[in-house]
Parts: sequence; structure tokens; C-alpha cells
Amino acid sequence: MRFSNIMRGRHGRVAGVAAAFAVSAIVLAGCSAPAGDTGASGEANYNIVVMPKSLGNKYFGASDAGAKSAIEGFGGTYSEAGSNEAAPTSQSPFIQTAIQNGAGAIILAANDPQAVCADLESAQAAGIKVVTFDSDTNCRDAFINQATVDGVAQGLVDLAIAKFPTEPAQLAIESGGPNATNLNAWVDAIKSKIAEQAPNIEIVDVVYGNDVDADAYNAAKGVITAHPDLDGIIAPDSVSVKEAAHYLSDTPELQGKIWLTGLGLPSELRDYVKAGVFDQFGLWDVGALGQLAAYTAKALIDGEITGAEGDTFSTPIGDYTVGKGGEIVLGPLFVFDAKNVDDFDF
Amino acid sequence: MTIRQIKGVATAAPRAPRQTVLSWIFQARELSLIVVIVGLITVTTLTQPQYLFSEGGLRDLLRTPTLYIALAVGQAIVMITRNIDLSMGSILGLTAYFCGNLFHEAPFLPIPVVILLTLVFGAVLGSVNGFLVAFLKVPALVITLGTLYAYRGISVLWIGGNFIRPEWVPTEFKQFALANVFGVSNLLIVALIVVLIAGWFMTSRRTGRDLYAIGSNPDAAVLYGLRTKWLTLIPFVISGTLAGLAGVVYVSIYATGDSKVGLGFELQAVAAAVVGGVAVSGGVGRIWGVALGAFFLATLTTALPVLSIPSLWQQAIVGVLIVGAITLDRVFFLIRQNQARKELSA
Amino acid sequence: MTIETTYLRHDRPLWRRLLLRPEAILIAAILLIVVLSILGIPNYLRPNPGYTISTLLLNAAPILILLLPLTLIIATGEIDISVGSTLGLSSASFGLMFASGIPLPLAAILSVLIGGMVGAFNGFLVTVVGLPSLAVTIGTLALVRGIAVGMLGTTSVTSFPSDLTSFVRSTVPGTPVPWLIVVFAALAIVFGVLLHFTAFGRGVFAIGLSTETATFSGVNVGRTKFVLFVLSGLTAALVGVMFTLQYSNAIGSNGSGFELRAITAIVLGGVSIWGGTGTLLGAVVGGLFIATVNKSLQILGIGDDAIYVITGSALIISVVVGSIASVISTRRRATTSTA
Repeated sequence: MRFSNIMRGRHGRVAGVAAAFAVSAIVLAGCSAPAGDTGASGEANYNIVVMPKSLGNKYFGASDAGAKSAIEGFGGTYSEAGSNEAAPTSQSPFIQTAIQNGAGAIILAANDPQAVCADLESAQAAGIKVVTFDSDTNCRDAFINQATVDGVAQGLVDLAIAKFPTEPAQLAIESGGPNATNLNAWVDAIKSKIAEQAPNIEIVDVVYGNDVDADAYNAAKGVITAHPDLDGIIAPDSVSVKEAAHYLSDTPELQGKIWLTGLGLPSELRDYVKAGVFDQFGLWDVGALGQLAAYTAKALIDGEITGAEGDTFSTPIGDYTVGKGGEIVLGPLFVFDAKNVDDFDF
Repeated sequence: MTIRQIKGVATAAPRAPRQTVLSWIFQARELSLIVVIVGLITVTTLTQPQYLFSEGGLRDLLRTPTLYIALAVGQAIVMITRNIDLSMGSILGLTAYFCGNLFHEAPFLPIPVVILLTLVFGAVLGSVNGFLVAFLKVPALVITLGTLYAYRGISVLWIGGNFIRPEWVPTEFKQFALANVFGVSNLLIVALIVVLIAGWFMTSRRTGRDLYAIGSNPDAAVLYGLRTKWLTLIPFVISGTLAGLAGVVYVSIYATGDSKVGLGFELQAVAAAVVGGVAVSGGVGRIWGVALGAFFLATLTTALPVLSIPSLWQQAIVGVLIVGAITLDRVFFLIRQNQARKELSA
Repeated sequence: MTIETTYLRHDRPLWRRLLLRPEAILIAAILLIVVLSILGIPNYLRPNPGYTISTLLLNAAPILILLLPLTLIIATGEIDISVGSTLGLSSASFGLMFASGIPLPLAAILSVLIGGMVGAFNGFLVTVVGLPSLAVTIGTLALVRGIAVGMLGTTSVTSFPSDLTSFVRSTVPGTPVPWLIVVFAALAIVFGVLLHFTAFGRGVFAIGLSTETATFSGVNVGRTKFVLFVLSGLTAALVGVMFTLQYSNAIGSNGSGFELRAITAIVLGGVSIWGGTGTLLGAVVGGLFIATVNKSLQILGIGDDAIYVITGSALIISVVVGSIASVISTRRRATTSTA
């Protein structure tokens, strides 16, 4: 029975080594981790955890940096926690962990409006304030809206109407992930506003870039090819507008023929705008979005606001009022062009 | 076959027609792939002439496949030795950022040196897999599953919220990816060179033939005196290098990329190899068949949006192709076996 | 029980044999990690120990249930990497049926049956057509996920009755054990008995060791594998329904990547990917081990990026060292027997 001997040796050691490895990993991590601030003392607990949709996302890199500067500015403890994938349920364990670590507030860009709710409700029951930004959930104290759905859609529609005031035009919309709550709301609002305000413009198609460079590039190419009379693309998603610009830049014969606008990051679109591939795009100050989320969390912890409509509070970046449904709006859409694009580094 | 016909005229003559049928079946994969690719391009072009007949159209049709071909050829060589490399997508992600970052951090390096260093980096990552599988006799599925996780984690740890910025990438390098020689995209020429070298290596070199041998019967290969350890290691080094090449190609096409580049590409590579005629059970598959399989998958991803088939269904279509391809293979095999049996009994 | 009996023939004392079992070592490791975490991580048992235990188990439950039939499939030397996609398909169809007015229990049963059909499709291609299971299930991984995502399109269904969704997340009164773990335990007993105490289970190991030998000793290889694939599909779909309720969210992308997590747990638990050896208890303990490690790392504020590196490395290192050990012990045995 030599075989069984081999297997026994293998089994035992496999498990033993795995165990030893994991234990040492935890011990090492434990040594390097900062001592847990449990906030047990009487003073306000400014231990704030920021959860992006996923780690390694440049947009959230910028917003989290804003939140970090604000939190450290008022003497709080900043930490970032999250998963590698923006799956609907992947934020769940990190919310649980925030509860265990005795966080004062969670600032969250939700991957899904519903899937994280059970854990967020437990957090609220444990006295943790929940602030969402970028993408809302059905269960939080306040939501920092970068710009209202109406504001975003109107801002983009205004750019479209300025370009095509009277003559008939065919436009397409290139969005990001087909399940993103905010994107879908914008797309719907853009469609209805165009129908209302610009009967000369027709939205011929909505395509999805899936938040992936290559997919977004192919989607832009696909929609331009599928509609030979297309006049322009509205891309309310940073990956989509970047890859649409990229495709136009690769294909000079289309420049001037296909008009483009959207919501994107100045750092990614700078070269294209300066090269004249397209003229204008909108966004908000992403760093300020993170800052406002952090100041809102502080105001909630301090009891200055409760998230009820009409609450007001002042922050180093301005005075804000809580709107309907606990929404706090950062501001109107900001339009970038070749002249001002160098002033922003996110 | 020809040799035997000449030598044994009397016995071989009646067999000849059947042999032709058999060899046709052998060729069926490549032939049918060519037919399907031509058909797909024709249908798409009839739907939208711009798909082919525009400057950008032909260029993209011919350059997008390079990414898939590089990955699929590497995967195929591994699979021919009855192993699998699930870490290719993660290696692609790491090497793409390595390449972009090198352009940024070391602008003094000539472009070919950057490319070479990236390929070497890919080879090192691949040789980790190869070493563990070959010398420690651990299943490739488990090892590359482990490195799929580990390499992706390293990517996110290393890159964080950073990303390859378009301005990092030298213009000459981007231009190379856009340019063509007599209408054939430079990148496709790169892919053709890869296919030619790999095809020559696998069919005409002793080592290549040995790879088929250990894939079709590992035990016999040992008895025959083949150096199975080296022969197991080599394909992983090749697949790592080709994943590195795919990383270089990715940067040249998209000139951007974050820590999520290449997510899920390992399955695309396996799909292309399987559709191209490689058997998961090893020992079977031709490089040019694999290249056609990869070309087909790439064409499909660009054709679907033009045909207005929602990209949501794309994955389902890839699944149908894999299942269909392996089932057809099996059916052909059974027919062949049946014929051989009949011949024997006759 | 072939494996167990060969162990008993060994000449080391019983207590050492028990202690050297992989399950025993992994259980000891889990206990060690928990003890170290309690001593070293100030917040480990906050807000109360029950919360730590219940969230740890709740997060682990879907993988733990998924890996039960998968362990049996791997023990035969086959593999099923379509389980995560089947979970997603079941979630999407459950949501779609519920949203279109089909009563919830019926929608749940139909969704589980759909999963069974996916399993039967896999099983048919593997056993009747004779295709390698890795190739087949890579295909169905893409196919089934594609259907799941395509079916629901840009929508997701979240309107499940809240008393039901909170029940699925709740624990057995008076204990920190989630009801999902009760479901898991019941299924684990069923699969454990099936694998270790029935002729069917002996057939599973026999197939994994040698298909030819199994056939000659009267095991119906094709039927055994087919049944296992159907069980795998049914179980994955059941997890899909429970996962949907657990997070009150039916969406086609649910469960993506779960197949890799389940396989990682199984391999860590000492089940050979070549088939023929391993125990269900080992696989389950492997899953619990990963869940325990994750919990500790997460409380330490370590994100998924580092957890990926640690999981991947642990998997590689464990298998590699096991392999080196087996090479050494073969050599040692060879020298002693010649001496």
C-alpha cells in the first residue's frame, strides 16, 4: 500500500504548509497594521472607511484622495477598503468589517442598490453613519450626488443642442455597464430631454462599453459603422468617452464628421481635446466629491445634520443643504475644453 | 500518404479515395473556419459596407486579432502538452502595465528595448508556472489557477488607482500599431510572424514534435527517453512570452490600461485554441488552425456590435462555439474510428 | 472507504495517524488563526463574538455548499467549472420568473431544475459524447453566463419579500449559526454519506483511481459521472436561489468566479485534482480555512488585492510542498525497500 503512504505524507504536509503560510501572513499583517482605533472614548468617532466600487479604479482613486485629505484635515482616521471586482455583493464583507472595527461612518459607492443593504442596515443599527456617493443604495443616511440626474442630462443635452440647433441629426449614446444605476438614469433622462427639447435630433442607438477599454473601443466603432449617417455620440461614461475619442483619433477620416461629448476624466481626455479630436466634455470635480462625502459624514457623526430634507451645514468647500430623499448635490456639471483642461489633474 | 501510395501501388490504390475523405476531415477545421470567417465578414459588410470599406474598417478588422492570436498560440502550445495556462490574462495585465510604465519611467530606453524587456518579464512570469508544473509535478490547472489570483493581486497592489496615461506611450509606438504595409496592418504582420515561427517550431523542429509526443502519451514519452521536464517547462515560457507580447500589443492599440487589463482573457485564449482544433486532452492541434480560431473570435467581437447583436449575448455565443467545436471534433473522430474499423474488418 | 482502510493498515499509532490527517491539521490551523486573531486583533470579536461567527459563516456558505458535489466530481478525476455560471443562470431565471408573477416557491423549484438541466447537459457531453469535462465546462461556463447576463439585460430584480430575505440571512435562534449553514450541514451529511458510506461513493473513488479498474469491478462509470454532474447543477442552482435571497438581488453576474474559489478550497483541503483521493470533510475544512483567513485579513484592513496574492500563493505553496514531500517519501520508501 505504498500509494496510501505517499498520499498521507502529501495530505498532511499540504494542509500544514498552507496553514503555516496563512498564519504567518496574518501575523505579519497584524504587525504592520495600525493599532485599531475603536473609538470607544466619549468623543466623536471620526474613524471613517471609504469603499470605492472596486480597488484600482482611477476615478475612485481621485475621489478617495479627496476624502482622505478632508478626513485627515479634521483629525479623523481614513481607511480605504474594497474588493478587486465591482461585483454586486463584493462590498458586503468589508461593510461587516467596518462594523467590527467600530467605524464612525462608511462612505460607499455602491456596486448595486440592493445587494449591500442588509449589511448597511446592520451598520446603521450599530450606530454607523452611511454616506453614499456616485452610486446610491436604498439604505443610507445621505447620498452625495455629483450632479442631479437632471443636471447631468441637461448639461450634455445643452452641448448637443448647441452643436445641432436646427438641422436633423442622428446621435447615439455609448454608456458603460448595462447595470449601472446612475448611467441608466442619465441615459433615460438624455433620451427624454432630447425628445422634448430638440425634435430635430434623433437618438438612434444605445450601446454599452462595459467599463472595459477594448469593449468600449469596439462599441464606438460598432455604432459608427452600424449607422452610416451618424452625426455624433454622447458618452456619459468615462471609459466610453475616452475610447470613443481614441477611435476617432485613430481614424482621422471620421474627425469633424462624428461629433463627440460625454463625461470623462481630464487626465484621460486632455490629449484628444488638445488635438482637436473633439471639443468639450463634462464632469464634476471628483476630488471635491470625495471631500463633500467626508464632510457630510462628519456632519452626520456630529449630529449637525440627520439627513432630513432641509438640513444645512457648512464645509470648507462651501455650504450645502440636504435635498429631497437625503440627497446632497455637489454642483452643476462642469464643462471642460482645450483651454481649461490643463487646470485639473484627476 | 503519398509515399505509401507510390510504394504499394496494388494495396494502396483502392484506399486512395477514402484517404482523401479522411484528410478532408482532418482539414475540415481550418477549411470550415475560413468559410465561417469569410461568411461572417461578408454578412457584416452587406449589412454595413463601412465595416470593411473604410479606412478604419479594414485596419481594425486586421489588427484586433493580433491580441487574440498571440494569446491563443501560447495557450495552444501549452494545451498540446496536455496542460493548461489559466494565468495568461493576469500576465497580460501585468506586462501591459510594465510596458506602459517603462515608457514613462525610462523614456531614454529605445522602444525595441522596452518591448524586449516586457517579453522577458512575461517569460519570467510564465516560467514560474512552468517550473512548478514541470519540476514539482503539480497539476497545471492548480498552479495557474494560483498564479491567476496571485498575479492579478500583484497587479492591483502595484498599480492601485494608477493607469497607463496615453501621453506616456511614445507616438511612434502608437503610429506603428496604426500603420500598415500594403494595406496589411503592421500588427497583423507581427501576428503572422508569430504564427509562422510557432508553426515551424511545432512541426519542423525536434522539440516541437516532442511536445506533441508528451501531450499524446506522457508515459510513453518518458519511456521513449524524452526530457519531459524541459518539454513541460518550455510551453509555459512560450505562453508567458506571448502573453507579454499581447501586453505590448494592448498598449500599442489602446495606449491606456489599468489594473483590470486582461481580466477573463485566459478563457478567450482557451476558446480560440479549442475552436482552432486543439484538444484539451493534448497531442492534437495545428498552429495555423489556432490562429484562424483566434481570428474568428476577434472578428466576431467586432462584428456583433455592427450586426446590432447586444454585446450582452457575446459570451453566450462564445460558449456555443466552444461546445460546438469540441462536439464536432468528437463526432469526426468517431466517424474516422468507424471507418478505420470497417477497413480493418474488410 | 478504500482510502480509509489503507490508512488503518499503516504501522504508526492511531493518535499520530489521526493527527496527521489533513483535516486535523487544517482544523488545528483554523483554531490557531482564531486564537491568534482574538489575541492579536483588538476588534476581532466586536461588536460581539456572535457577529464575527455569523458573518464569517454567512459569507462562506455559498462556496461551502457549491463545493460539496464538486468534490465528488473532482474525486472521479473530472471537473466542473461551470458551477458559478449555473448559479448566475439560476439567480437570473429565479428573478425573472418571480418578477413575472410566478409564485416564489414555484419559481425557486423551476430555477433549481434549470440548473439540473445544465448539469445534465454537461453530463451528457462528458459521458455520452465522451468529451473531456474541462473543455465542456469551460464552454458551458461562457454559454450559461452569457444566457444569464443576456436574459436579464440591463435590469435586476430586487423586489423579494423582505421577511423572506431577512430570514435567509438570519441565524438559528440563540446561536450564531445562520440558517444557510443548517442547509449546508444537511447537504454535507447527505453528500458525506453518499461519498464515504455507499457503493456509489466507493465507485466515485474507484473511477478516480482508474476508470478501467472501476469498470471491471462493476462500477457504472458513465452513470456515476452523469449523476454527479446533475447533482452539481442542481446544487449550484439551489445556491443561486439562496444567494439571490441572501442579497435580495437577482442579477446574471451573481457567482462569477465562484468556481475558482470552490476549487481552491477543495484542493487546499487535500483532495487530489487527479481524482481518487481526498475526503469531503477535507474540502469543507479547506473552505472554512479560507473563510477564516479572509475574515482576519479583512478586519486588519487588508483589501482583496492582498487577499488575492495570499490565496493564490497559499494554494501554490501547499500543493508544491505536498508534491515535494511525496517525491521525498517515495524515494525514502524506495531506498528502504531495496535495503
